[in-house]
Amino acid sequence: MSAQDPTLGQAGTLALPRRRIRWGEKLVQGILFLAAAVSVLTTVGIVVSLLVPAGEFFREVSPWDFLTGTTWAPLFEPAQFGVLPLVVGTFVISLLSALVAFPLGVGVAIYLSEYARPRAASVLKPALEILAAIPTVVLGYFALTFVTPLLRDLGVQVEIFNALSASLVLGVMLIPTVASLSEDAMAAVPRDLRQGGYALGADKLQVSTRIVVPAAISGIIAAFVLAFARAVGETMIVLIAAGQLPQITFDPRETIETMTAFIGATGNGDVPTGSIEYKTIFAVGLTLFAITYAINLLSIRLVRRFREVYE
Amino acid sequence: MLFAMVVAFGTLAVLLVDTLVTGWPQLDAQLFSDSPSTQPEEAGARPAILATLYLGLIVLLLSVPIGVLTAIYLEEYADRKRWWNRLIEVNIQDLAAVPSIVYGILGLAFIVRGVGLGRVVLAGGLILTLVVLPTVVVASREAIRAVPDSIRQGAFALGATQWQVVWRQVLPAAIPGMATGSILALSRAVGETAPLIMVGAIVYVAFDPTLLGPYTALPVQIYNWTKQPDPTFQTLAAAGAIVLLGIVLSMNAVAIFLRNRYRKQW
Repeated sequence: MSAQDPTLGQAGTLALPRRRIRWGEKLVQGILFLAAAVSVLTTVGIVVSLLVPAGEFFREVSPWDFLTGTTWAPLFEPAQFGVLPLVVGTFVISLLSALVAFPLGVGVAIYLSEYARPRAASVLKPALEILAAIPTVVLGYFALTFVTPLLRDLGVQVEIFNALSASLVLGVMLIPTVASLSEDAMAAVPRDLRQGGYALGADKLQVSTRIVVPAAISGIIAAFVLAFARAVGETMIVLIAAGQLPQITFDPRETIETMTAFIGATGNGDVPTGSIEYKTIFAVGLTLFAITYAINLLSIRLVRRFREVYE
Repeated sequence: MLFAMVVAFGTLAVLLVDTLVTGWPQLDAQLFSDSPSTQPEEAGARPAILATLYLGLIVLLLSVPIGVLTAIYLEEYADRKRWWNRLIEVNIQDLAAVPSIVYGILGLAFIVRGVGLGRVVLAGGLILTLVVLPTVVVASREAIRAVPDSIRQGAFALGATQWQVVWRQVLPAAIPGMATGSILALSRAVGETAPLIMVGAIVYVAFDPTLLGPYTALPVQIYNWTKQPDPTFQTLAAAGAIVLLGIVLSMNAVAIFLRNRYRKQW
């Protein structure tokens, strides 16, 4: 950064006397570095706390059975540890909520960036932040006690706990994430491009959808991927509204279980340390961590690949 | 586009109204004065509300100093040519994307079982601190970056040391931005449920919580009430949700107000 040490650059040319070592400054630097190290230690802690018990788990259950098994029944006799139902449940929920959040989020972003007057935007943006701030436990409660009965009234035959209402609410929860990141990307598109479009006789909608959105596509994709990763990792909404019935189904009206819901439901009891049930938490947690991490890496790749650079 | 706006804000409005209407009858003094009970008529959320305030305080006291110091280090001190500084930077980005329940697993393995702290308020506070730390760091870095270099150069030219520049010039100018980010992070911590379930906020706590005692937090209490079959508990959950929304949304309002009030054009 620019503020490193302004005397250093001149020291060579001006031949200033050797600088006194300021111990106070050194101490401050040390403290600052320690604070920064906390986050690295957190990562190390997460990896270690996942890997060690998961390693013990995989000594008892073969990783192949874990990754390819289609029945998740850790508490039954004989216990079966196929993680696929949980993974499928997670992806059904995430994809459905993405179907809600991606188009609506981009719609909101286009409106805020291209159409809304400054006054309207100054009211709508904080409102969007408030939507983003609603605790997920409240959203889960809302999905279970409002959206599910509403779906039934509308004639959709859903179970009490179902993937559909959890996905709908989760999708709405993700709209602010998609919208605000996409809007940032759209705001960065130079005015010249828009004016070029207008000069060619395009109307506002054409400029928005054919010029601004393609130009901002790297930011929009990054927003999608980030929102998807959040959907994969979201716990409370699915735990409350989607249920705890691990099964491989692509019918969103049915009860399912996600990886996060399993961890949340199993982790809250007094699970004895060292039991196989205790270790499943870490095996599933490791799978979840690996998936979100891979999505994160993917997003970095995608952003690089689609980046449009402007002067 | 109009449809998108209607869905987003319509849902928000319906959610707020529905929660208010359902929970209103139960939102009385009893909710704030009584402990949870198996009898919905006698149940309150006093220990949960108190514990949530304690948790918020712990998160505030820990995450703000650590987060701000990290941000100062990265923005003002770290030499980006060094691999460990790049590692810290990338690492914070990665941490921001880790699902909060994974932090719960960390807490379960290390703090509750490993260190043997047990299922206490402090353990919950520590985990929530780690959950929101990346948010505080990112917000503080942006606030520091917004301070123009000319201010730093001016101070250096007057012979200030690096820490004097940071402490007397950069930090005061960056405080509104840092406060906004910290309050938003804090409101997220207060509403966070999943990691607290993992580090053992238990169901029925019939006494006021202490720092090293068992506890249940307001979001966890709402979750537990939601799970009860008796519909009266559902209205209790809604009443709890009103209180939680009240806390979280007023924090957000303060943050937004601060941001608008102290917005500076350099």
